[in-house]
Amino acid sequence: MATITSTMAGNLWKVLKNVGDTVEAGEEVAILESMKMEIPIEAESAGVVKQVQKNEGEFVNEGDVLFEIE
Amino acid sequence: MVNTKKDHLAIQQTIEEGGAAKYHESNSAKGKKFVRDRLADLLDDGSITFEDGKFANNMAEGLPADGVVTGMGTIHGESVCFMANDSTVKAGSWGARTVEKIIRIQETAERLNTPMLYLVDSAGARITDQIDMFPGRRGAGRIFHNQIRLSGQIPQICLLFGPSAAGGAYIPAFCDFVIMVDQNASMYLGSPRMAEMVIGEKVSLEEMGGAKMHCSVSGCGDYLAQDEDEAIIAARQYMRYMPKNCHEKPATIDYTLPSEQDVQSLLPNNQNAPFDMRVMIKRIADEDSLFEVKERFAPELLTAFITIEGRVIGVVANQPKIKGGVLFHDSADKAARFMTICDAYNIPLLFLADVPGFMIGTHVERAGIIRHGAKMLSAMSSATVPRISVIVRKAYGAGLYAMSGPAFEPDCTLAFPEAQIAVMGPEAAVNAVYANKIAELPEEERQAFVQEKRKEYQEDIDVYRLASEMIIDEIIKPNELRNELIRRFKQYENKTVSQPNKKRSVTPV
Repeated sequence: MATITSTMAGNLWKVLKNVGDTVEAGEEVAILESMKMEIPIEAESAGVVKQVQKNEGEFVNEGDVLFEIE
Repeated sequence: MVNTKKDHLAIQQTIEEGGAAKYHESNSAKGKKFVRDRLADLLDDGSITFEDGKFANNMAEGLPADGVVTGMGTIHGESVCFMANDSTVKAGSWGARTVEKIIRIQETAERLNTPMLYLVDSAGARITDQIDMFPGRRGAGRIFHNQIRLSGQIPQICLLFGPSAAGGAYIPAFCDFVIMVDQNASMYLGSPRMAEMVIGEKVSLEEMGGAKMHCSVSGCGDYLAQDEDEAIIAARQYMRYMPKNCHEKPATIDYTLPSEQDVQSLLPNNQNAPFDMRVMIKRIADEDSLFEVKERFAPELLTAFITIEGRVIGVVANQPKIKGGVLFHDSADKAARFMTICDAYNIPLLFLADVPGFMIGTHVERAGIIRHGAKMLSAMSSATVPRISVIVRKAYGAGLYAMSGPAFEPDCTLAFPEAQIAVMGPEAAVNAVYANKIAELPEEERQAFVQEKRKEYQEDIDVYRLASEMIIDEIIKPNELRNELIRRFKQYENKTVSQPNKKRSVTPV
């Protein structure tokens, strides 16, 4: 089990993957909105999304888990 | 010992073979080369010019060269001094003569004004020798004292092939540039075994002090090499960009034009959308000249050496692709350090600003982003090498200052036609100025009001307005940038700056 975490504090603007989706290493899985910028969040390793931990519109802190992947 | 010729050759040969065969084998199994082979790979023509202290401690059993090879050679035809630990000899540990040899070669480097390379692979102090090598005037502390004294006079580079433990970890800490070999190199004050004994922490060496960790988390490493060959190539490439010492400029380097030069098409229309600054740098730099420092550490800011028409330039650039290019405490730290190196060795600086500002929030305030940011401003502001600042899309808030803004005496501030400079971006500014007014308006009118005010604001921070006020020196089309930089850096080469009349700055840390 691996996790994809938020790289910085901000608002979770778009969640691009749902449970059951496959992700590639380096693929964009979510977009944060922080400091008025769009911040893409990329998967570090490939896998299948097991759980989505946060909802669009939620505040997330640096290091918060956004996805669990397998 | 009888000094016949035959004996001499035999003794010399034994010394040059290093430690016992089993240590050569175990090193080899880990992809670690013998110290003399490393030096052969590193130096021109595979040869050491001369070696000092080869016979150090030869009266003792099993301590050939006392575990370190010191001497001189050349890299790209220029003289360098080196010290290289031999980990087949008591794990490369330092005895009294090891330390004395290192101190002496540093003294040679100082007298000759030549770069000093440290090939480190050492378990640390030889405890049995501690009184002779640890506390005294010419004990190990003197190595670090010399490094500090030499810092900024001559380039000092560390190639970390194995451990640099405890006090030994300060050798890389005082070098300008630290290359670490993945899996083998490590840096730590106390080993995992010691950590478990003393503070009860259970942790692996790789996690606590491995090459990957130091090159991405702690920032103690500058370059992560996959193996020793890559480490050697990186060291030689770094040396290409360095002058011999602080009194000289780096040599110009043969170059070819960048194969792709279109910068315009890289820039998204939406100011807030990410793009890859690394690709933009490649399109203005000579082909294959990009050499990044701390690529994995604080990647929201890029620090790299490039050449433009063969001239070595240090680039500090925001990377909008990562964390929006926002400046953090670590990125400020990284930039400060890099600019210090460039300023010390007469390498002009190019700032590519695309920055929404410094990060805000509890986390970064507690991390001391203010003092780290101050470090960046201080290093930038006091750098007397030519400095060109280019506003790519935006420079907001203290981000403008940190990226060599107009108030900090850059040689010029250039901007692309779409660029914006402001205390903050339009969205934030309209909210800040009109928050009460917006709240008073009926719901259905708010949107239109906000749009109107944003448009007004946008016009106010438009680059032509800023150029009209002479905040910007020149507006440049993206695809003209390379040629503009060539022309300007050539002229700025003769820059002189008078230093204020004082002993030193009290630098923020």
